[in-house]
Amino acid sequence: MKHLLGCEGMSAEEALNLLDTAAEFSALAGRKVPKLPTLRGVSVANLFFEDSTRTRLSFESAAKKLSADVITFTGQGSSLSKGESLKDTAQTIEAMGTHIIVVRHSSSGAAWRLAHSGWLHSSVINAGDGTHEHPTQALLDAFTLRGRLHGDGAIGKDLSGVSVVIVGDIAHSRVARSNVHLLTTLGATVTLVAPKTLTPSEVEQWPVRHTTSFDEALAEHPQAVMMLRVQNERMKGSHFPSPREYIAHYGLSVQRFRKLPESTLIMHPGPINRGVEIFSIAADSPQSTILEQVTNGVWVRMAALYAVHGQEGS
Amino acid sequence: MAADYVLTESDIARTLKRIAHEIVEGNPEADHLVLLGIPTRGAVLARRLALHIGDINGVVPPVGTLDVTLYRDDLGDGAMRVPQPTEAPEGGIDDRVVVLVDDVLFSGRTVRAAFDALIDLGRPRAVRLAVLVDRGHREFPIRADYVGKNLPSALNERVSVYVEDVDHEEGVRVER
Repeated sequence: MKHLLGCEGMSAEEALNLLDTAAEFSALAGRKVPKLPTLRGVSVANLFFEDSTRTRLSFESAAKKLSADVITFTGQGSSLSKGESLKDTAQTIEAMGTHIIVVRHSSSGAAWRLAHSGWLHSSVINAGDGTHEHPTQALLDAFTLRGRLHGDGAIGKDLSGVSVVIVGDIAHSRVARSNVHLLTTLGATVTLVAPKTLTPSEVEQWPVRHTTSFDEALAEHPQAVMMLRVQNERMKGSHFPSPREYIAHYGLSVQRFRKLPESTLIMHPGPINRGVEIFSIAADSPQSTILEQVTNGVWVRMAALYAVHGQEGS
Repeated sequence: MAADYVLTESDIARTLKRIAHEIVEGNPEADHLVLLGIPTRGAVLARRLALHIGDINGVVPPVGTLDVTLYRDDLGDGAMRVPQPTEAPEGGIDDRVVVLVDDVLFSGRTVRAAFDALIDLGRPRAVRLAVLVDRGHREFPIRADYVGKNLPSALNERVSVYVEDVDHEEGVRVER
């Protein structure tokens, strides 16, 4: 693939190729030298117009494990504050000789714009654009789920028959959007849980179920519960009356957690708000995959860089 | 279809037995031997070779797989190649005599990549190469220590090895 912009429209075969490739990269963890020469001479630019320390470090780490050269641009204190446009910034960075551009931007469609406006020759990987998509997050979630459910035999397997509940601010969540597309493409059943004010209107067109009742969704004993981070700015807005009310209805509280079978996986893209959407008893439990997701993020991002490698300019 | 095989199922079996004998002869210290098959078909052949070696000297050597996809010099030229598993054999490869096993030896580029991949796994005492078919046209100064059959071929021909475990048929064919 030339670009990795989103999970919508990605075929099951493409998704499985990425997951299987990530699985081979994960074998590096046990090696004396956890590094491959695969992207030697390839230059990767991280363009983080919106800051995200974990995603940026994850991409940097992935690129370095593949022997690529990495340069990083973050929005703060940069030419952006001097009024430079997206196009000019990207072209300036590419003029330094990049092959792959990883972009994080607060505007939906920024990655698509960079990939399809004829501005650049580089391959573009979307590291999160506005409220649109965050495909590598969804891939690492699918990878983590598959790994926990199938263990060593995970290669080649999809997520048929797996039920996942995604809870929180679905309307503004690129993580949720990417996961909806990817998990259902891989055969999983997805249920979205959110108050009406945080349920996007296009939910009716998605191949998912949705409900406003977290307890109802949990009563069906899904194999995984994915909690989304509640952003502070939403708390002050009109999306729900108060943080306390949100926690009461949509927090993975001690009571809710205790009712779950021990096999239910607890997922969260991080960073977590302890005591808001997730309580420590759940976040720190053996069934929590939160740190595993971070580790897997590196393997999945290596797979993403590997997949677009060599396709630039084509 | 059996008629157009240049090596039939029984030819392959006989050839592998012969190579096994040669390996044992060249490596009397059986406990140092390790076989590494290059996926996909080399991995199958390595497992079979190990069993034959076990039949001869009573010790089945450890077998692993060594995928070279991520070490290739032609990555990015076409569609994405999904890497296959690399599994170091039990005990690793440090100070072992490693026999690399592949189905066809052609340009030598796969074997060159295998050297890079191997070095990342450890430091073998020596590395040998066993192939079922050597079709010539080398682009690197690489030579196999154990060859099943020399099969001079034209560049526009394809030499394909089929093994039951992967292809549900067994034999070597030259295809145009």
